[in-house]
Amino acid sequence: MARKLPAKDVVIVGLGWTGSIMAYELAEAGLDVVAIERGPWRNTTTDYPSNYIADELRYRIRHELFLRPEQTTFTFRNKMAQTALPIRSWGAFMPPNGVGGGGVHWNAETWRFLPSDFVLRTHLTERYGASFLPDDMTIQDWGVTYDELEPHYDRFEYLCGTSGQAGNVKGEIIEGGNPFEGPRSRPYPNPPQDQPFGHTLFAKGARELGYKPFPQPSGNMSRAYQNPLGVRLGPCTYCGFCEWFGCGNYSKATPQTTILPALLRKPNFSARDNSEVTRINVDASGKRATGVSFVDTEGNEWEQPADLVILSAYTIFNVQLLLLSGIGKPYDPTANSGVIGRNFTHQTISDVTSFFDPDKFIFNPFIASGAIGMCIDEFNGDNFDHGPHGFVGGGYMGQVQTNGRPIETTPVPPGTPRWGAQWKKAVKENYQSAMKPGTGVHGSMYSYRDVYVDLDPTYKDRFGRPLARITMDFHDNEIKQNAFLTDKFAEIFHAMGAKQIVKQYRKAPYDVTKYQTTHLCGGAIMGTDQNTSALNRYLQSWDVPNLFVTGASAFPQNAGYNPTGTVAALAYWAADAIRTKYLRNPGQLINA
Amino acid sequence: MMHRRSFLISAALWFAGTTSLTRASTIHEHMPWSPYPSDAPRLERPGPWQFFTADEANAIEAIVDRIIPPDPQTPGGKEAGCAVFIDRQLKGPYGSGVGHYNLGPYKKGTKEQGPQSPLTPAKLYRQGLASLDEYCKSNAGGKTFAQLSADQQDDVLKKIEAGQIKFDGVDAQGFFDALLKDVPEGFFSDPIHGGNRNMVGWSMIGFPGIRYDYRDWVHHHNERYPYPPVSIAGRVDWTPHSS
Amino acid sequence: MRNASIIIAALIAAGAGIETGFGASSQDFARIERGRYLATAADCGSCHTMPGSDHPFSGGRSIETPFGKLVSPNITPDRETGIGDWTDDQFDAAVRQGRGRSGAHLYPAMPFPYYTRMSRNDVEAIRAYLNTIEPVHNAVRSNQLPFPINIRSAMTVWDALYFKPGEYHPDSSKSAQWNRGAYLVQGPGHCGACHTTKSWLGGDKQTDALRGDTLQGWVAPDITSGQGALGGWSVDDITAYLKSGHNRNAAATGLMAEVVDLSTSKMKDDDLKAMAVYLKDVSGQAPQTAKSPEKNVLVAGKAIYQDLCSSCHASDGKGVPNMFPNLRETATVPATDPTTVLRVILQGAQSVATDQEPTGPAMPAFGWQLDNAQIAALATYVRTEFGKNAPSVSEADVQKARSKLAAGTN
Repeated sequence: MARKLPAKDVVIVGLGWTGSIMAYELAEAGLDVVAIERGPWRNTTTDYPSNYIADELRYRIRHELFLRPEQTTFTFRNKMAQTALPIRSWGAFMPPNGVGGGGVHWNAETWRFLPSDFVLRTHLTERYGASFLPDDMTIQDWGVTYDELEPHYDRFEYLCGTSGQAGNVKGEIIEGGNPFEGPRSRPYPNPPQDQPFGHTLFAKGARELGYKPFPQPSGNMSRAYQNPLGVRLGPCTYCGFCEWFGCGNYSKATPQTTILPALLRKPNFSARDNSEVTRINVDASGKRATGVSFVDTEGNEWEQPADLVILSAYTIFNVQLLLLSGIGKPYDPTANSGVIGRNFTHQTISDVTSFFDPDKFIFNPFIASGAIGMCIDEFNGDNFDHGPHGFVGGGYMGQVQTNGRPIETTPVPPGTPRWGAQWKKAVKENYQSAMKPGTGVHGSMYSYRDVYVDLDPTYKDRFGRPLARITMDFHDNEIKQNAFLTDKFAEIFHAMGAKQIVKQYRKAPYDVTKYQTTHLCGGAIMGTDQNTSALNRYLQSWDVPNLFVTGASAFPQNAGYNPTGTVAALAYWAADAIRTKYLRNPGQLINA
Repeated sequence: MMHRRSFLISAALWFAGTTSLTRASTIHEHMPWSPYPSDAPRLERPGPWQFFTADEANAIEAIVDRIIPPDPQTPGGKEAGCAVFIDRQLKGPYGSGVGHYNLGPYKKGTKEQGPQSPLTPAKLYRQGLASLDEYCKSNAGGKTFAQLSADQQDDVLKKIEAGQIKFDGVDAQGFFDALLKDVPEGFFSDPIHGGNRNMVGWSMIGFPGIRYDYRDWVHHHNERYPYPPVSIAGRVDWTPHSS
Repeated sequence: MRNASIIIAALIAAGAGIETGFGASSQDFARIERGRYLATAADCGSCHTMPGSDHPFSGGRSIETPFGKLVSPNITPDRETGIGDWTDDQFDAAVRQGRGRSGAHLYPAMPFPYYTRMSRNDVEAIRAYLNTIEPVHNAVRSNQLPFPINIRSAMTVWDALYFKPGEYHPDSSKSAQWNRGAYLVQGPGHCGACHTTKSWLGGDKQTDALRGDTLQGWVAPDITSGQGALGGWSVDDITAYLKSGHNRNAAATGLMAEVVDLSTSKMKDDDLKAMAVYLKDVSGQAPQTAKSPEKNVLVAGKAIYQDLCSSCHASDGKGVPNMFPNLRETATVPATDPTTVLRVILQGAQSVATDQEPTGPAMPAFGWQLDNAQIAALATYVRTEFGKNAPSVSEADVQKARSKLAAGTN
C-alpha cells in the first residue's frame, strides 16, 4: 500500500540536466518542487575524486557510474519479425543513473542544431521535392524554430561556460568559427580550449582541402568561470578522463558544477535519491496527472501528489513511463497510428583510424578533454547539396580525440595479429603516432516507420513491469550518408600525411554491442499535430496538459550533432512556457 | 556544509562501513557531503590465488605469457601480473556477472542482440581452462597446456582462435575472446587491480596513468611527455628514500 | 588537546519561575531587528540550535570540550524550559557577566568574556529578539562534566584569572570604522574565542590575541597582519571571505565554514569591512621557521604534490580564486600546528556554500591512498614550499592525526 506524501506544486522525475534546469526555473518561479531520482546522490570529491577517478577498468570497462542492467534494461531486435531479447550488459549506449544523470559522465560536446534541422521535412521537400525522401522515412518539423530556441541555447551555454569560437554572431560570419551555424546573439562565454598537436594537424589538413575547421564547442573549461547563478567551474586540466567518468576538479559542465549548488539553496526545492518512479498517476478522466508513484530502496511504495508533473528521465525511460502509465496512444507501426514510441532514433557514427610515422609524430593522445577537437561542418544537415548523392542528412566530423586510455585506445594497423609478440610490438610502436577520434563522423539518424519503442511481451523488470522494447535498424539512407561522410573524413587524414588509414564504415544491421553514443532520441516527440506527436511545441503532453516531457525523447529525428545543447535549450524553452503561459492559465497551451 | 558535530558522526558511520549510497534519502538545502570517499578503490595485493586452483593458475599464467609474450624491453603477461588480475576479477563482481540483467528466458539471438548466455565469466574460465588441459592431455602426449613448449602453446591457441578446436560444453572461441579482452585489460589497467605490475604496460607505450593535469604540456606539440606514469597506488618516488 | 575549546554555551536554567518584566515592547521593531542582527553577529544560534533542527535556539546541542561534555541550553522564551521567566537583569548577567540565573558562575564555553564588551542596550535588544521567536518546550541537562570541573565555584577562580568584564570603549585615536570593527571582533563576534591562544585553563593569553589556536580538530589560524598570516590579504580579501566564505586566497571549511554560514555571511558589508579594517591593524609575528627538512622528504612531497594536488591547487600552489585555495596565502598552511593541513589531506573537506559563492567546492580525501610517511612528506613539502617554511610534519604527527580522527577525539 503506497503511503501518500504531502502534495507539491511540481514533481520532477529524474534529476539530470533537464530535471535540474526545470527544478531551478520552477523553484525560481516560487513553486514548491520535489525531484525524484532513481540513482544515488553524486558528489565530485567523494564519488569521482581526482585521485581515483582515472581508473579505466572501473569506470570505462566495468561501467561504474551507469545504470546496472539488473535494475532495468531494454529488449532489442533489428526487425519487427524478430523476437526481441534483453540487453544483458550495455554496449551501443550507456543509460545514466543518479543525480546529474548523463551530465556527470558526458564529454560535454555542446552543440546547437542547424536552423534547417527544426523544419526538416519542409526544408528538404522544398529543396529536393517530396519524392527525394524514402517512403518510410517519417521525419517531421519540430514545431519550434531555431530563432525561438536561440535565447535558450544561449542560456545553457552561459550556464555551462561553454568554451568555443562563434562562427555567426547576429548574421556576421566570424573567422575561425563554424560558418554554418545559426546566428547567435553573442559569442561563447569562454574562448576555445587549447588544442593538442593531432587536433591542430587535422585543422591544417582540413584547411588545405578548402574546409573551414573550428574548435568543437566544449563544456570543458578553457579558464575558470562563474556562471550567472554564481556557481564556479575551474579550468580543465586535459586529463583525458571525461566521458564515462566524472570530472574530479570541477572543470566540466555538469548539473553538479552549474545548477545544483544554487538549486539546493532554494528552500522550496528538495530531492529524493535512490527512489524509482514506477508510474505517473492520472485521474479517472485520464486527462489530468495527479502525481507519481515511486519505490525507495527499502521497497516502500510512495505516492507523491503534485499539480504539475515533469517527466525528465532518459529518453527511453520517458517513453516507457508514458506507456506504463497509459498516457497517450501507443504507436502501432503496422496501422501507422498512435504516438508513444514513434520516431525513435539514434546516431550514425563511424570512425577513421590513421597511422602516422612513429619516427616523426608524437601525439601524446592522453592529453585531451571530452569535447576537445577541431571539426568541420561542411557535410552536416543540409549544408551541402544532397541532390547528386541520393541521401539526406549528414554530420560534423573532426579530430575529436578525447583520450589515450590504453585499454580502449591502443590501435594497431590492419593485418596485425590480435595477440602475441607482433601485436605487442604494434601496440608499442603506434600508441603515440596513431589517431583515433572518439566519434570522428557524427552523423544524423532520421526516423522511420519501423524504428520504434513499445513494451516487451516477455521480459520484465524487477517490479514485474514490462521492459521497453527497441526495434531498430539502419536504413539505406543512413548507410549511404555514412559512406559518403567517412570517405570525406578519410581524405583529410590523407592530406595530413597519414601513412595508413582504416575506415570503419557504419553498416547495417544495427548492433547493440557496439558503442555508438548514448544519443537515443524520439519516442515521445514534439510537433504540431497530435496524431503524429506526443507533445506540443512546448513539450506539453497533448493528452495530459499538466504533464511536460523533457529530453531527447522529444526529437522527431536526430540531427548530426550531439544532442545535449538542444535538449537543454528545449528544457529552458518549456520552462519559460510554463512560467509565462501555463501558470497564468493552466491547461492546454495549443488549441489543437 | 557540514556542522561541526556531524563530522564525528559521519566519520563513525564510515568506519562502520556504511555509505550514504545505499539507501534513499531526502536532499534539501545543502549539497550533501561527508568526509572520506564514498567507495575508495580496493588495492589488490600479490598473494595466494583467490579464484584459480593450482592447475588453473599454471594454465592461465602460461596463456597470459603467450597473449603478451615477454620481450627484451618489457615483461610478458605473467610477470606483469595479468593472471593475478584475472584471478581477482573472477573472484569479484565481474566473475559472477553482477549488474547484468539475469532474468530469463535465455534464448539464442543474433550477434547484434548481444550475449544471451547465463554462463558467468567465472564459470567460463573454470570450464574453459579444464577443457583446454583436457584437450592438451589427449592430443599432446598427456601434457597440460602449461607443460607444452611456447610454440606448441601458440599453435593450440591459434587453432582455438580459428575455430579448429572445439571444447565439450563450452564455446572455445568465446573463451578465447574473453581472454583477448581480459589479458590486455590486466596489462593496461591500474596496478591496483593486480596487473600492470610496476606500470610496465603503461611504461611500454608512454601512458602517464592517473596524472590529472597536463596544462604544462598541451602546448608542447610533437614532444614526448617527460614524466613517468602514476598509479592510484602511487609511484616509487612518493616514498622518501632514506638519504 | 592542550587548549580549551570554549565557545560552547553552558547557561543553566534552574530554579522556580519568577515573573519577568519584558524590557522591550514587542512592537519595537527597530530594537528587535537590532537584536536579531546582534544575535547573528554573536552566532548564538550556532550553539543553541541542534544542527538541522527546525527549532532555532531550543538548545540540546552536545559539544565535547577538553573538560567533558556540555549541552547548550534552551534560550527560547519557553517559561519552563527556556528563558521565558528570566528578568532582563538575569539575562544580562548571563550574557555579559557569566552568571547563571541563580548567580552561579557559568563555564566559559559561553563566550561571556567577549560578550561583556557589548552594552546593556545591545543585550536587551538580543533579549527583545529572542522574545519574538517560537517558545519551544525542550528541557536540557546542560552540565554533564566530570568531577571536579562540575563544581561551578571552581569557575570563580577562572573568572578572577581570565575574565575582564567591561563594555567596549572606543579608541579616539582611531576611525569610527576601526572602532566598529574592534567592537564586533572583540565583542559579539568573539573571534578570539577560537583564534586567540588559550592557557591550559582555557583562558585567553592576551599577549597572543588572534594569533591562532587549535580546537575541535581544526586550527583556528593566526589572523593577524603585519608579519602575521594575513599580511598578504587586503581589507577587501577579508571582507569577501567573511561575506562569502571565499576569496582569491582561501576557502572557509571546518568550524569557520559554520561561522560564515550562520553568522558573517548574514552581516552587513559595512560591518564586515569594519572588522577587516580592524583586523588589518592587529599586528602579528612572523611564523616560527623550522630548520630545513631533509631533502629526500621534500623530493617525495613534491612528487606527490605534482601528481595529485596540482590539478586543483596548480603546480605553483596558487590554486583558482574563490575555488581552490592559494596555498601560499592561506593562514592554515603556515600555522605552527599542522592539524588542519593533516585533517583535510586525510579525510577531505568541503568549503562553505553561501549566497554569493554557492559552489562550495570540496577537497577529496587522501588518507586511504597515502601512508604516514607520504602524508608527512606531502605536508612538509607544502608547508616548506608554500607555507613560509612552517615546521616539518613527522610520520608520528600523521599517525596521531589519523588516530584522533578515527576515534573522534579530535
